[in-house]
Amino acid sequence: MLMRLIPVFKGADFFPHDLNLPFMKFKGPALALSIIAMAISIVLCATMGLNYGVDFKGGSLIELKTKSGNADIGVLREKLNSIGVGNVQIQEFGTPDDVLVRLEEQPGGEAAQQAALKKVVDATSADYVERRVEVVGPAVSSELRMTGFIAVAAGILAIVAYVWFRFEWQFALGAVVALSHDVLVTAGIFALFQFEFDLSTVAALLTILGYSVNDTVVVSDRIRENLRKFKKMELNELLNLSINETLSRTILTGMTALAVLISLYIFGGEVIRNFNFAMLLGVVIGTYSSIFIAAPLLGYLGVKRDWSDMAAKAVAATKSKAKA
Amino acid sequence: MLHFTRWKIIAALLTCLAGFLVALPNFFPKETVQSWPSFMPKKQLTLGLDLQGGAHLLLAMDQDEIKKDWINNLRDEARKELRDAKIGFTGIGTQGLTQLVIKLAKPEEQAAAIKALHKVRQPIGNALLGTGAYDVDVLEGPDPGTVILKESEQGLRQRIANAASASIETINRRVNNLGTSESTIVRQGTDRILIQFPGLKDTKELKKLIGETAKLTFHEVHPSISAEEARMTKIPTGYKIYPSDKGEGGGEFLLREQPVVQGSDLADAQPGFDSRNGEPVINFRFNQIGARKFGNFTKDHVGRPFAIVLDDKVLSAPVIREPILGGSGQISGNFTVEGTNTLAVQLRSGSLPTKLTIVEERTVGPSLGADSIAAGKLAGIIGGVAVVLLTILAYGTFGIFACVGLVVHLMLTLALMTLIGSTLTLPGIAGLVLGVAMAVDANVLIYERIREELRVGKMPVAAIDAGFQRAFVTIADSQLTTLACALIMFWLGSGPIRGFAVTLTIGIMTSIFASVTVVRLLISFWLKAQPKGRIAVVPV
Repeated sequence: MLMRLIPVFKGADFFPHDLNLPFMKFKGPALALSIIAMAISIVLCATMGLNYGVDFKGGSLIELKTKSGNADIGVLREKLNSIGVGNVQIQEFGTPDDVLVRLEEQPGGEAAQQAALKKVVDATSADYVERRVEVVGPAVSSELRMTGFIAVAAGILAIVAYVWFRFEWQFALGAVVALSHDVLVTAGIFALFQFEFDLSTVAALLTILGYSVNDTVVVSDRIRENLRKFKKMELNELLNLSINETLSRTILTGMTALAVLISLYIFGGEVIRNFNFAMLLGVVIGTYSSIFIAAPLLGYLGVKRDWSDMAAKAVAATKSKAKA
Repeated sequence: MLHFTRWKIIAALLTCLAGFLVALPNFFPKETVQSWPSFMPKKQLTLGLDLQGGAHLLLAMDQDEIKKDWINNLRDEARKELRDAKIGFTGIGTQGLTQLVIKLAKPEEQAAAIKALHKVRQPIGNALLGTGAYDVDVLEGPDPGTVILKESEQGLRQRIANAASASIETINRRVNNLGTSESTIVRQGTDRILIQFPGLKDTKELKKLIGETAKLTFHEVHPSISAEEARMTKIPTGYKIYPSDKGEGGGEFLLREQPVVQGSDLADAQPGFDSRNGEPVINFRFNQIGARKFGNFTKDHVGRPFAIVLDDKVLSAPVIREPILGGSGQISGNFTVEGTNTLAVQLRSGSLPTKLTIVEERTVGPSLGADSIAAGKLAGIIGGVAVVLLTILAYGTFGIFACVGLVVHLMLTLALMTLIGSTLTLPGIAGLVLGVAMAVDANVLIYERIREELRVGKMPVAAIDAGFQRAFVTIADSQLTTLACALIMFWLGSGPIRGFAVTLTIGIMTSIFASVTVVRLLISFWLKAQPKGRIAVVPV
């Protein structure tokens, strides 16, 4: 039988399970750090601003590939600066024969965007082939900005509603603070380094929300369970225990997620690099926030013990349903 | 929990088998799949434009132009109704683009005027059901002796909806004339139209084709006054000055605003060449009504010029040498060969109700799309190998079970996407990857739980059982919150966000089945296959 042929071997227990790291000791400094990081992020977004891509700012993006040889950015820049389409941004994109040309939104509405695009294409068609063109007019860009913002806000709300429904309100509050932290800090980092912020970054933000809440829920679930199990344990100690108990899972899942994201970042191509970078950031920040923000907040807010009995009944009910 | 009833085993295995079969065609080239026997599923996933290359154009209708057309028509109708009812009026003025203010000569005729003007109203919606709503409200004006005609909210909505569907029809005809298939043309929101064109290399032609309204009209030229004279003195009522399409030097024409024949009366238009000078021209033929109208007009106007007008610009103004009764003719202008081709297609397909502006354009060349697929594949394989290694390293034999679960998960996700006919986009691939991460997480949660139970001293089978049971609550909670987030993304998002949300949603749904049920089934098979003595060393 095939099963017999596979040597039975134990896996390596990646993380020692009896470490009992004193996470709660750091809750003060960690919260302070997070609050400072959030404040800095807000200031950065307000002063430096996010570097919106064409989706949100309007304008055009043209990816060109040389017909032969490497691209000469200097010559291209000179040529495009002379055709009167305003500020032209040119950058190398991946390989040396690829360039990315960005045009600012042209004054004069939608038709002007098309006219500018035509000028660029006409000026470059001798040496370059267009590989990708994106033109977003002013009406659409402001709409996309709005719906992007609404999507992130609604994503947080949906998650909070679900957590509130399944847990106590303290958990929901912890989750919403942790999630807002993740979104804010990611945005702050994007503002600081002026990484391009576009629709795919919003998709990444929403994914970060999903990942982060996944983490938070796993820890919360264990806290709820331990609240039932150790009725007399001091709350901070109990939170610490819960984090430690789920730590091996947190690390292993984080490692696999990072492994996939890093391989996508390196091999997945230039087009989704931005998206991937945001996700990579998010996995790290999201893991941090569920350990150092969501759980400690429960300590500060205090969780009623008697509630856990009610929850136990509810869980028992779901379990019997699941069995049936 | 480790005990499965026979029908459950069969159902789970059948689900996996069906999933594999439905997902299978996606791993082979289209031609190979077509040659498969007929009982095999052949449907493949549609690739998004970012992967196969293509053009995505979002067009907006000009609402103001629609309103302008409408209010001009309404004014004409109101004039006619008042005249028919023999009610005198001193003026009809427009107020914005949605209101007409009529000043009556005798204030006491207001009630009669309102009654007469009721005839211009058109009922809205289903005429049989009779919603009782009209497109125009006839109201008493604020001053005595005035009547206001106001476009109703529903009226405007219906007009825009009509214009949109007419535009879509026209674009469809024009695009079909290009000889390319598989394009999608749909309405988006109230006044936008989305065109998706897979595999198109050059958008120039497409843009030109939909960029013109192509409203062709034939007008009478004013018999005695030229445009310059009219500009200096007074433009006669019913006439309007039209520019030439040749630009500044082409001059202007004073034409009767009401056309003799319209483009909608055309039966056919074909590109051709002038037999005398070899210039590109368009040969056209009218339908019966058009031919009669044109015949009557040319009979009465021999020796006088008439104007051929395209999109409010005069193409040419030839003199009528003899009555044109056959209903066919030729349009010349300063055309290029390419231009006549496009124009002929446009004329054959009918005119757009309003000019469309491109508000968003996204084009991906096929080579870039292919590069993206290759990059996605490579990254997927490398990421997948990393996940498999990590899982097997961490959980040994059970890690292998988890990986089998992952493969099932991936296949089921692909199968579901193929079945519902969703489109795989680049962000969709990322969604697929996140789905895998969620599935891995489910197994990690279960196995860590089993380890904990073992540490507390439970017997292996009991520990495995408890591990699945207790981890399930956490898995359900964590995946459902992500699902809530994905659904929100689908509902509110657009473009890349949507593609991502679809694959993530499907991924979450299949991951619970694959990583809980299938893996548990594998473990229960494995346990049964163990000799009694070895059960004690469960390799978790």
